[in-house]
Amino acid sequence: MFSLSRKDLVALVVFSAVVLTMPIWLSPLGAAYPGLMQKFAIYAIFAIGFNILFGLTGYLSFGHAAFIGVGSYTTVWSFKLLTMDIVPAMIFAIITTGVFALVIGYFSLRRTGIYFSILTLAFAQMCYSLAYSVLTPITNGETGLLLARDDPRYLDAMLGAQANVAGLPQPTLFGNSVTGYTGFYLCAVVLIIAFFVSQKIFASPFGMALRGIKSNQTRMNYTGFNTKPYMLAAFVISGMFAGLAGGLLSITDPLAGAERMKWTESGNVVLMTILGGVGTLFGPVIGAWLIKYFENIFSAINTNMLNNFFSFLPDGVQSFVVTVLSKFVGEGWHLTLGLMFVLIVVFLPGGLVEGFQRLTARLKRRKAVPDGATSVQPAE
Amino acid sequence: MNVFLAQLLNGLDKGGAYALIALGLTLVFGTLGVVNFAHGALFMLGCFCAVTFRYLITLETVTVDPEKLSPWGAPVEVRTPLVQNWFGDFGAVLVDYSVPISILLAIPTMLIIGIAMERGIIKHFYKRTHAEQILVTFGLAIVLQEIVKSFFGANPVPQPIPTDLRGAADIGVWFGMAPHVLTYPWWRLIYLLFSGLVIGGVFAFLQFTTFGMVVRAGMADRETVGLMGIDIDRRFTIVFGLAAVVAGVAGVMYTPLLAPNYHLGMDFLVLSFVVVVVGGMGSLPGAVAAGFLLGILQSFASMTEVKSLIPGIDQVIIYLVAVIILLVRPRGLMGRRGIMES
Repeated sequence: MFSLSRKDLVALVVFSAVVLTMPIWLSPLGAAYPGLMQKFAIYAIFAIGFNILFGLTGYLSFGHAAFIGVGSYTTVWSFKLLTMDIVPAMIFAIITTGVFALVIGYFSLRRTGIYFSILTLAFAQMCYSLAYSVLTPITNGETGLLLARDDPRYLDAMLGAQANVAGLPQPTLFGNSVTGYTGFYLCAVVLIIAFFVSQKIFASPFGMALRGIKSNQTRMNYTGFNTKPYMLAAFVISGMFAGLAGGLLSITDPLAGAERMKWTESGNVVLMTILGGVGTLFGPVIGAWLIKYFENIFSAINTNMLNNFFSFLPDGVQSFVVTVLSKFVGEGWHLTLGLMFVLIVVFLPGGLVEGFQRLTARLKRRKAVPDGATSVQPAE
Repeated sequence: MNVFLAQLLNGLDKGGAYALIALGLTLVFGTLGVVNFAHGALFMLGCFCAVTFRYLITLETVTVDPEKLSPWGAPVEVRTPLVQNWFGDFGAVLVDYSVPISILLAIPTMLIIGIAMERGIIKHFYKRTHAEQILVTFGLAIVLQEIVKSFFGANPVPQPIPTDLRGAADIGVWFGMAPHVLTYPWWRLIYLLFSGLVIGGVFAFLQFTTFGMVVRAGMADRETVGLMGIDIDRRFTIVFGLAAVVAGVAGVMYTPLLAPNYHLGMDFLVLSFVVVVVGGMGSLPGAVAAGFLLGILQSFASMTEVKSLIPGIDQVIIYLVAVIILLVRPRGLMGRRGIMES
């Protein structure tokens, strides 16, 4: 059950090393804050899960933000009602989102193509609007669901583990606080497990069936394959990943708001996956990291920093360059994001992973040419 | 009954906006086969054409009038719009009617923007997958809205209704009811008529002109039309420009009803995609019908009576209807078989 092919094992080891050494290699890039790295890990989980659906089956869901929201709310409710321990919270988040995904998937998967996309979008938007209006008792509306000191926490109370500290209780893992670097390593470990699961799915017969559905669903049906349960399973698994990501968001910052369910969040995860490379193992992770990196780093740059950076230029030129560049950073970082998407889709349609593969292939070919006697052209 | 009529009318103007956006979206999809996520941004650009026009026309000269003194004894600054200096009273009318007049600015601007967009980027995406089209147009939409944001700021820019057209029309009287029973704001009525006019214009253009005939033929079978020696790509480029113009003028006229901000396009885009899909991808009458239908349903769902019966219905009605229609009628109201299903 835990065995992997040699290639996958190498990939997993490399991936784990990269994730766990994040604090080291991100510090020269100026992103080695636990809070930010947690986001990297969480959104990578989200994108990996999305890729299981979109990458393997080709069904483009525009409603995955709903699952992140459901996961967040469930986690906070678990904190409020049961215990501050994160393990039950995560389990509940995954289960609830799974049930949610089952219902939404059951209806949405009756249609394909853009009709499927719009159905998932419609369901997600309904969740979003309801979270703001009718479901306010559960979601606490615009304020967002918060922890309070006098929450019941029945399980904690029963075990007598009610911490009597001042201020709000913090989420714990078996009694240990999960803030700062502990929180990051928690997310990192979950990310590695998620990556492993996605590797297993990619390599399994189940994964092969999903790929078959992507390339030709009709033919799959004709060969006597009932594709429905496979699709539904993929949808639910992918939803569970999103729920887990939502749960982790609430664990690292115990607050759940409806804005996480907005359709722009669903759009974001689509962009992450496509940017990195759809249907590849590493692609979604890279895409998620890049987007989150740009969001946090570019949006933090301000005019003063630009002025300092370009202070070597003559005054007029400096102010011109700074005025132009300041449109692309800080508040305007979305402009950079948009341009980046357009450029990448135009010039690198398969995402960054494909670009990387093309690059290595070209380098290999160039190396092979000098001793290229092996590749003899066949006679005409 | 009157309440019913009033809600019907309320829904119609919003439905008109949905229908206009969805019409352009379907036109682009039907001709070029491109899923254009930047279409909402075009609507937003139309809104800002009106904002720009008003800005230009209200450029003022500030003169200090030594004769007049404020109650504190300081000279009063007199601001007069330049156009009023040049044209007198006619200039004042120009300023007052800036919103409808800016359609004249919006048409060429949107045509140029649309054609530039199609030739610059979308041209390269005919043969790509829908996911890539969505991504590139989504990126384009972000770029457009950020550019608008950097010029006009993030706050909504309200546009005034011309003074003569403020207030409400007593439509009840026209139908023989007592006065003040059924009133409807003039501008909404105008928007409704305007959207009907534009929709009718687009259909007439496609139905009764040679150009429209070629375009319709190209929608049905692009290759064959190409084989007949017709440069179908050029016509389709113009169709894209036309769709941009429709979205743009829809935006211009909508500004007095809803103060435009830079992300307005995205908000309308999601709804209009739902509209297009409910109407059936690639079906122009479907898009128009679904636009009005959803607008009216939304308006009915916001009635207090309905809301107290089913709480929260006003928030979700559009999506709920979309889900039901798609589950009952797989290709939307009037969709054709085999379009966008894989």
